[in-house]
Amino acid sequence: MNTPRAMSGAEPVLLPPSGVLASLRRVVALVHRYVYLLRSSGVRLVELIYWPFLQMLTWGFLQKYLAETTSPFIQAAGVLIGAVLLWDILFRSKIGFSTTFIEEMWSRNLGNLMISPLRPYELVAALSLWSIIRLGVSMVPVAIAAYFFFGFNLLSLGLPLAAFFCVLVLTSWSLGLISAGVILRYGLGAEELAWSLAFLLLPICCVYYPVSVLPDWLQPVALALPPTHVFEGMRSILLHHTFDPRELWWALGLNAVYLAVGYATFSWFLSRARINGTLLQLGE
Amino acid sequence: MNDVSPNLQGENGAGRDLACVPVMVRGLTKRYGPVTAVDHISFTIEPGTTVALLGGNGAGKTTSIAMLLGLIMPSAGEVRVFGADMSRNRYGVAQRLNFQSPYVDLPARLTVRQNLKVYAGLYGIANAAERIAYIAEHLQIEALLDRATGKLSAGQKTRVGLAKALLNAPDLLLLDEPTASLDPDTADWIRHKLQDYAAERNATVLLASHNMAEVERLADRVILLQAGRIIEDETPKALVKNYGRDTLEDVFLDLVRGRAKPAPKPEHPPADAEPEQARRAS
Repeated sequence: MNTPRAMSGAEPVLLPPSGVLASLRRVVALVHRYVYLLRSSGVRLVELIYWPFLQMLTWGFLQKYLAETTSPFIQAAGVLIGAVLLWDILFRSKIGFSTTFIEEMWSRNLGNLMISPLRPYELVAALSLWSIIRLGVSMVPVAIAAYFFFGFNLLSLGLPLAAFFCVLVLTSWSLGLISAGVILRYGLGAEELAWSLAFLLLPICCVYYPVSVLPDWLQPVALALPPTHVFEGMRSILLHHTFDPRELWWALGLNAVYLAVGYATFSWFLSRARINGTLLQLGE
Repeated sequence: MNDVSPNLQGENGAGRDLACVPVMVRGLTKRYGPVTAVDHISFTIEPGTTVALLGGNGAGKTTSIAMLLGLIMPSAGEVRVFGADMSRNRYGVAQRLNFQSPYVDLPARLTVRQNLKVYAGLYGIANAAERIAYIAEHLQIEALLDRATGKLSAGQKTRVGLAKALLNAPDLLLLDEPTASLDPDTADWIRHKLQDYAAERNATVLLASHNMAEVERLADRVILLQAGRIIEDETPKALVKNYGRDTLEDVFLDLVRGRAKPAPKPEHPPADAEPEQARRAS
């Protein structure tokens, strides 16, 4: 079976189904499916940019107002716009992961995927890769617009920006895996989780204010979340022009734990869906 | 495939390579809490045969097929497809199977060609464009290739679903109500294509259906399910004969309505049998 079956022209030439190359082929096939989907609808493409753009404008004008009435220091640092753009990396990546997964359920295609040679980890890899591609489509134009409208250059964060990006995207995948698992088990009735789970982090991971603002008992919880270290790091760079790389290592270590928990949760819910027979009856 | 037993023991004879047996089911059971959907069923399907799972609503047909595909985990029992234990190693044989069902769809926004290309990638088909062109011609969907799948009629969608199911030229094809909600002409056309495919490739087909005419036409063997149990496992002709009925539909109605199976009619009356009229007179 592992050798290609080549006969007449009409006969399918089947490539070996296992190994790294076979996995890559299936991931690429699934990413193609998502590209086709995005290309099929101009509205989806506009929507990808619309919300981050609106948010950037709102916070940008607020920052401008604050700078005029209170401290010019804030405007110079671009703390609010920086926070908005970094938060959107986390939020949009999470939404990209979850809604792409939900799309398979809306289209009742999950059964077809699950009986194909596609492994669950390949599905996760395709969703993760696609969330980054979507993020690029949505965030690059908005980051450029932030420069033209408010003179904020996201690249001014320097090399740590790449590390911030990694930490935020990895966290978004952990959240995406957990919400995909829950939706897989409980159906589209749990769809709201895809949208709301990231917001649970918003007040705790100190997007717009330092950790010191939180009550003492909540600070350890905040520091146990990888994005908190990103937002603290961003403020440190923009306000004090210093950056402690140990914070990032700590955040990446936490991410490894959360990703393992996320994948274990997804796998567990997938096995429960197989036991409960919900893979063929996905709906509300 | 390290979980493949080398031999098939028991009713089909020892010494057979399990990898050659398309489907082997032993004591398969599925319980959902207090409800038993499939109750300890066992059967084997030989290569190149078409077997129909027949039964009323809730008889356990779809659940049985889903367990064969690895979509549902059995509560007890064993499913082996080409020797692979489907609970643990379904990826070893996934490339040799395919499936069509009204319970699953292809993404509606993608064109037919895009959908087929995606599945060609998932099944590892190197000559995807060539294969899609051949299947499209064979199933007469060439004109549909660049149309959005969601905008097709029910009959067109069924043909496209079948194209996806035949893309990898599966050795085992599982079909759940393949002609449900189709007009008689389209349904007949689909059956014809399925017959051709099975005959040309010596493929094994397992189909679940309510349609007796379809089963009589396609199936070499019928497994009748009722309340999750196998109540008959015979050829369509033998079933009709055993029940003394004219059609499989009559047999099905007898069974689901609980009418007793009539005693088989002897071919020739015994020599000492009393003529009916004489017996009545006495």
